Amino acid sequence: MYEGAVQELIDELGRLPGIGPKSAQRLAFHILEADAGDMQKLAEAITAVKTRVKFCSICGNVSEQDTCSICRDPRRDASVICVVEESKDVMAVERTRSFRGRYHVLGGAISPIDGIGPEKLRIRELLTRLSDDTVQEIIIATDPNVEGEATATYLIRTLKPIGVKVTRLASGLPVGGDLEYADEATLGRAFAGRLAV
Amino acid sequence: MDLVAEASFTSRAYRDDAVVLRTHKLGEADRILTLLTKHHGQVRAVARGVRRTSSRFGSRLEPFMVADLQLVPGRSLEVVTQAQSKGAYGHAIASDYSRYTVATAMAETAEKLTDVDGESGTAQYQLLVGALAALSRGAQEPGLILDSYLLRALATGGWAPSFTSCARCDAPGPHTAFNAALGGVVCADCRPPGSPAPAPGTIVLLAALLSGDWETAAASEPRERSEAAGLVTAYLQWHLERRVKSLQHVDRQP
Ligand SMILES: [Zn+2]
Ligand SMILES: [Zn+2]
Repeated sequence: MYEGAVQELIDELGRLPGIGPKSAQRLAFHILEADAGDMQKLAEAITAVKTRVKFCSICGNVSEQDTCSICRDPRRDASVICVVEESKDVMAVERTRSFRGRYHVLGGAISPIDGIGPEKLRIRELLTRLSDDTVQEIIIATDPNVEGEATATYLIRTLKPIGVKVTRLASGLPVGGDLEYADEATLGRAFAGRLAV
Repeated sequence: MDLVAEASFTSRAYRDDAVVLRTHKLGEADRILTLLTKHHGQVRAVARGVRRTSSRFGSRLEPFMVADLQLVPGRSLEVVTQAQSKGAYGHAIASDYSRYTVATAMAETAEKLTDVDGESGTAQYQLLVGALAALSRGAQEPGLILDSYLLRALATGGWAPSFTSCARCDAPGPHTAFNAALGGVVCADCRPPGSPAPAPGTIVLLAALLSGDWETAAASEPRERSEAAGLVTAYLQWHLERRVKSLQHVDRQP
């Protein structure tokens, strides 16, 4: 145990995902020895992200304003919505530069064992976006794993009766992983080859 | 790792068949798995790098998958070092929402039945793998597979219900009242006030689900199936004494 502030910092860092007690201690001493100005910037960045960043009221993506930059951009195609699990997945799809439509972030995948049923995800908000004829196609791009697939199955069942065109990414994405780790070329091809369900 | 440490690391490794009950994300790209193994009961293990699309494990360590694993005991969790698929049920299950919600409820029940009781591990493993296989090939309506699994898993755990003779005095049936606390159907003398009296066809269905008589079960009416489902849930919650969260999400429309 260290004194006061140092131990407090170790404890806080140790609560971050993937940081064990040893890493927490290493990071704490790095911060202690680093340039004061640099660490001030880090502290400010954390404060800023917690005070300024919210979720887009339309798509659920992270945003500094009420609506995100993609939903505000008139050059983006409003007739196509790509549905993803998390904001990280928006970034993954953006990196491919092959999608010019808009997004809908569900906030996770359906996982009843963790108490997450469809009602906990932003599915109602997605249906609201379909209330007029603007949206012509929904691309489902959930993670290529069991929970992601089950979520896609549920979405297809919910969306099909509405009559909107629903497509899924072409097979070829390696199964079992998270969408955010798919390389740009593979993800780009999966988008280009998407199939109606 | 030096050679001596590496030798002792691999010498502690063991192999076992396991079914993945649930997974949690850990750190950047790892997952913690809750496994029900064939010979070592319930085991928690970490699968490193499994969320990367380049992972050599692929989808073999996802929920409802059955695999032959090599595990190395770690400080608090085992580490999965090898995995060979023995039953890739996950994707056939996830492609049907009813199947997925049923599989989740079965996995959560298996988790709660085996986290303290190591005794019935092998029997529980075989029961669950059989039910997941049946579910993935669409052998029966998912709701029937679930209720049959729940009754048999409870029986294996030592809470065998009776749907023929009286659960309290053993008087031969058929009986018309059901009481979860007493362990099944009860005769007119033993029946506590307020015990529900399900339709006779529902009791026939429950007995069929417990014994695995699929011909009788498949011939049941929707009304009997939904009544049986309610009684099975009541029976499960009473004996497990813990809430199975997934049950409320089970999608019973075929
Ligand atoms: Zn937005
Ligand atoms: Zn009796």
